[in-house]
Amino acid sequence: MLAVPATLALALVVLPVVGLLVRSDLTRLPSLIVSPSSWHALRLSLITAALSTLACVLLGVPLAVVLARARFRGVRLLRSIVLLPLVLPPVVGGLALLYLLGRKGFLGMLITTLTGESVPFTTTAVVIAQTFVAMPFLVVSLEGALRGAGDRYEQVAATLGARPWTVFRRVTLPLLLPALGSGVVLSFARALGEFGATITFAGSLEDVTRTLPLEVYTQAEVDIDSAVALSLLLIVVAVIVIALARPRSWEGGLR
Amino acid sequence: MSLTARIEAVRGSFSLDVDLDVPTGTVLALLGPNGSGKSTVLGCLSGLITPTSAEISVAGRALAGVAPHRRGIGLLSQDALLFPHLSAADNVAFSPRSTGAGRRAARERAFYWLAEVDAVALAGRRPGQLSGGQAQRIAIARALAAEPDLLLLDEPFAALDVDAAPAIRGLLRRVLKTGPTTVLVTHDPLDALALADHVAVMNGGRIVERGPTREVLSAPRTAFTARIAGLNLVAGTAVDDGLRTASGEVVAGIPAADVVAGEPAVAVFPPNAVAVYPHDGEHHGSPRNTADAVVAALEPHGPVIRVRAEGDGWAHGLTADLTPAAVAELALEPGSAVTLSVKAATVAVHPAAAS
Repeated sequence: MLAVPATLALALVVLPVVGLLVRSDLTRLPSLIVSPSSWHALRLSLITAALSTLACVLLGVPLAVVLARARFRGVRLLRSIVLLPLVLPPVVGGLALLYLLGRKGFLGMLITTLTGESVPFTTTAVVIAQTFVAMPFLVVSLEGALRGAGDRYEQVAATLGARPWTVFRRVTLPLLLPALGSGVVLSFARALGEFGATITFAGSLEDVTRTLPLEVYTQAEVDIDSAVALSLLLIVVAVIVIALARPRSWEGGLR
Repeated sequence: MSLTARIEAVRGSFSLDVDLDVPTGTVLALLGPNGSGKSTVLGCLSGLITPTSAEISVAGRALAGVAPHRRGIGLLSQDALLFPHLSAADNVAFSPRSTGAGRRAARERAFYWLAEVDAVALAGRRPGQLSGGQAQRIAIARALAAEPDLLLLDEPFAALDVDAAPAIRGLLRRVLKTGPTTVLVTHDPLDALALADHVAVMNGGRIVERGPTREVLSAPRTAFTARIAGLNLVAGTAVDDGLRTASGEVVAGIPAADVVAGEPAVAVFPPNAVAVYPHDGEHHGSPRNTADAVVAALEPHGPVIRVRAEGDGWAHGLTADLTPAAVAELALEPGSAVTLSVKAATVAVHPAAAS
């Protein structure tokens, strides 16, 4: 009974990739991929995705702990707000960032006055855009794990004399590792594929803000073979990410 | 490290108001049905629940409002709650490590306590590889390794299967003999009997009765205690097939798994296991335990009448539940001479807290 829709679902995931493979000109593949512009795009993508994943972890872990453990009023509303980037079209997110941090945005004006720099259309803007769209993936997977596990282990640790910071470091964090693993992979993958918010907020400047997805889009207008080759490259990178860091929580429950 | 506490807490429509006084090194059992507030008392003592108002003092140190990790109060609950990412030894070493001991010192302390609970062989195992009883052993070692001034036990046998519980009960009895001041929460009078010096019976957020364990359980002064814990208790020394009283009589019974011959023990049986015969010197049937006694009092007790006996030897103070028809047929009244008889199969012999 389930086999038919399950097969359809799998086909929906796999067949487009096959289509791309069939369309690609394998003999020209190496020369297309090693062009300077695509090399720049790949490097920029990996660096910015890594940086924004780091930002997601540094900011998202505390946020998830607060959301899962806090008991104040309005915490449920906060939980929904955190999901906003997940449901918002990325282009809208990019526009929102632009009008916050752009020359006319209130935070952007402040930054320009204080430092003389402006954020949009820089590599920093790429990282911010990617962090914006990727963080909910991390927060959601961590918060679910935290709330599922409850705080009984933390309570025991406290009765054993461990200070709150020790409890966090030696109990909460290790118990979170599997969920953290899957959250990191998800947010890295989301950051790597980010397009809409980046192009609105950071533009498409070669070697500065033109990440691999943006390069694919640019090439699609001039040289479709090149775009297809780069798409294959993105798929390979994505598969490597999943294979290297496939979190244990995807293969049988949290233990 | 004596404990004195007065705790008031309101949670929804439930209100709690208790005061406790536990002398240094002794064990107090809080006995009561589910929802009587005993776990809330433990939560307030450990600082995991904030009471409406409380004065808590351990060894003269005022603890109300102090953060849980600064109280020096250990907690052992029915689930062992071993940290799943640490080995058994690292679990036991957790408290020493978290309170500033070096790696080597913490490990030494962990192995000392693992040895105390006969679990050195389990040191390298992960919690996932331990049975319920083994995990609880490690949890006891972990709680004791913190060297708490006060130890709280929250139904420590409730999650164990019937085979594992007696061994853990025996272990706790052994370590608590020289251990910290302890408050034990349980709904099972036998736990109190085995471990506690004193009992406080709780109902609806209040302590309805308190006193030395054996006195409270064998001669309850309130109907509530009688209902949840009204048991016949005969104290003595364990022998192979029962128990020998101080005056040398043997009460036959079935020894629990953790009974050691020669150690203090109690024979326990419910009032409805006691049969009453007219005292005519004649006695039929299989019961091996018989004793002559005199009816001291008759009290209605729900659908039955509870007969309280007095006499010489172990029959003194026993209670027997009879139907009103049987009481009428035997023409029982205070002063009637009777023979009490108890089937050995209904008598459980349990180790007693030394007192």
